[in-house]
Amino acid sequence: MNSVAFIALAVFTLAAALAAALLPKLVHAALCFAAAFVGVAGFYFLLGAEFVGLVQIFVYVGAVAVLIVFTILLTRRETEREPGFHWSGLLVAGAVFAGLVWAIVKTGGLNRAAPPSVTLTVRQIGEALMTDYVWPLQCVGLVLTAALIGALVLVMEEKR
Amino acid sequence: MTPMLSTFLLLSAALFCIGLLAALSRRHAIFILIGIEMMLAAAGLNFIAFWRFGPQPAPPTGVMVTIFAIAIAAAEAAVGLALVIAVYRHYRTTNVDQIDQLKG
Amino acid sequence: MTGFLDQIFVLAKARVLSPLAHGPAWLSALVSSLLSIGLLLAVFLSLFAAMSLFERKILGRIQNRLGPNRVGPFGLLQPAADGIKMLIKEDVVPWRADKVVHFLAPILMAATAILTLGIIPYGRNMTPFAIDGGILFFFAIGSTTELSVFMAGWGSNNKFSMLGAMRAIAQMISYELPLVITVLPVVMVVGSLRPDAIVAAQAGYSLGILPHWFVFTPWGFAAFLLFFISGLVESNRTPFDVPEGESEIVAGHMTEYSGFKYATFFQAEYFGMFAISGLAVTLFLGGWHAPIRVLELVPSYLWFFGKLGVLLFVFIWIRGTLPRTRVDQVMAFAWKFMLPMAFACLLAAAVWHYGGRRWIGWLYSLVVVGVAYLALGQLLQTGKRFAPRTYRYAE
Repeated sequence: MNSVAFIALAVFTLAAALAAALLPKLVHAALCFAAAFVGVAGFYFLLGAEFVGLVQIFVYVGAVAVLIVFTILLTRRETEREPGFHWSGLLVAGAVFAGLVWAIVKTGGLNRAAPPSVTLTVRQIGEALMTDYVWPLQCVGLVLTAALIGALVLVMEEKR
Repeated sequence: MTPMLSTFLLLSAALFCIGLLAALSRRHAIFILIGIEMMLAAAGLNFIAFWRFGPQPAPPTGVMVTIFAIAIAAAEAAVGLALVIAVYRHYRTTNVDQIDQLKG
Repeated sequence: MTGFLDQIFVLAKARVLSPLAHGPAWLSALVSSLLSIGLLLAVFLSLFAAMSLFERKILGRIQNRLGPNRVGPFGLLQPAADGIKMLIKEDVVPWRADKVVHFLAPILMAATAILTLGIIPYGRNMTPFAIDGGILFFFAIGSTTELSVFMAGWGSNNKFSMLGAMRAIAQMISYELPLVITVLPVVMVVGSLRPDAIVAAQAGYSLGILPHWFVFTPWGFAAFLLFFISGLVESNRTPFDVPEGESEIVAGHMTEYSGFKYATFFQAEYFGMFAISGLAVTLFLGGWHAPIRVLELVPSYLWFFGKLGVLLFVFIWIRGTLPRTRVDQVMAFAWKFMLPMAFACLLAAAVWHYGGRRWIGWLYSLVVVGVAYLALGQLLQTGKRFAPRTYRYAE
């Protein structure tokens, strides 16, 4: 695995994620959020899961980011005062990060290099989806249908 | 220095904590949703890293879970944003500090 | 001889790369990619220039006038004049616009449009980047167009831009679904997401003169029409160009852009057209295959660009012929007609494929598509009565 690509992608993703968390203007944060997800998709490509990376770009950048942007537009006030930033969140996030780093460093056996490169073809994913994972597939279909109908019902204007 | 499993885990932990930072310290409902989506993505990255660094040839469990996680995250984002719009229609604000009454 | 002409680009690239064979692997991969990208950009930029001229001339002929014919013989140097004009125009950015977002929007749009051109097979062994999930790559990158349209609309700090951007995004999102679902029958029948495999599945001829293209099957014909209409909408072409029609909303999300950035937006739109047409040729029209067996002497890339040219001519023809639709009519058409019809195509393709591809499978799939079309036509009738059409010709 290429370490130059890893370092470049890591810097890009973390910078975009930090920008999404810290930028005061909402639209800038939403666009940096989309960029952070492109970075995560890059990591999926690096790890050999190309299909998941493409699904990530399709779903997150193409759909979720557009949803967020539309909602920002529909819930705007004329006086654009963004609500403030609470620094106590930084303490909690820092504590959680310290705990996770301690757990990762303390766990032995994680310092292994990658086994030789494996390619998971789309055909294998499709076969797995239709044989071993057919029940989760149907459940996810149901959940998505329910979410679609639910979101529409929530947003529909009441008929007076 | 090729990246090891621990490097990927540290990266996803950092992404998770940045998402947690966004969810805890912002007061706009949409920012909190952005933070939650980032946390879900970090968890997905963890799954794929463990799948890749596990014994090969591996069953595609990690990849499958991540695909389903992405689908569920999209559904949850849609419903969450619909909720934000519905709440905005009623309260005329998206500041979660001001949405503090149970009675409509 | 014909084999040599067919593979001339592949052989030339191999000749250029052979000195690097004993270098590091990443260097030859990098040079190979750069050569592919360079040739791709050269071909499509000149196609863009040619198309900008031929569109105006063909539109002019449809409208009973000559197109541009002042610059150069028959106006052939018009693209050069247009390019110079765009380059020397003053770049006006609104004072209260969001500078970074305003600047990045056309760049992102053009970049994603060019990215989608990389997975299309242009000839035998001539796919620039053969990815395992090629079709999914195309749609994943194509779906980021909406984000750049939003950036253009919001970054201009202009109510008309914002309104135009919202309309454009709503239109594009609505038609993404039919676009993707009409591709599903092809992927299902072929069993692979690779464009190379899809083109290879359309090889072969019945009786030497009937090619096995998917457009000649009932489900393929319906799916091709739906895909083509969705492609029209995705590229914001008339009759679906509400986002950019001057009589509607000034120029929509492109209102506050001048000079080279405006040219970049139009370049992005045309590249989107090329990509959608290229994908339609790959999925439905047999890619780089010849129509009759005896015509396989002609090099494969010439067939591909010939079919691409025909599709682009149909794009221009439709622009010159049909009036603009209203924006709610556009959405209703997508959700009420095209989506159920796309699912009917999927069912018809399944029936065709699992009916063994014999005549009974053809009959069943024809019945499925026909029943769906007639049922939708009955269900969506509005019962309006129109006066008989009258025509007035220019005297």
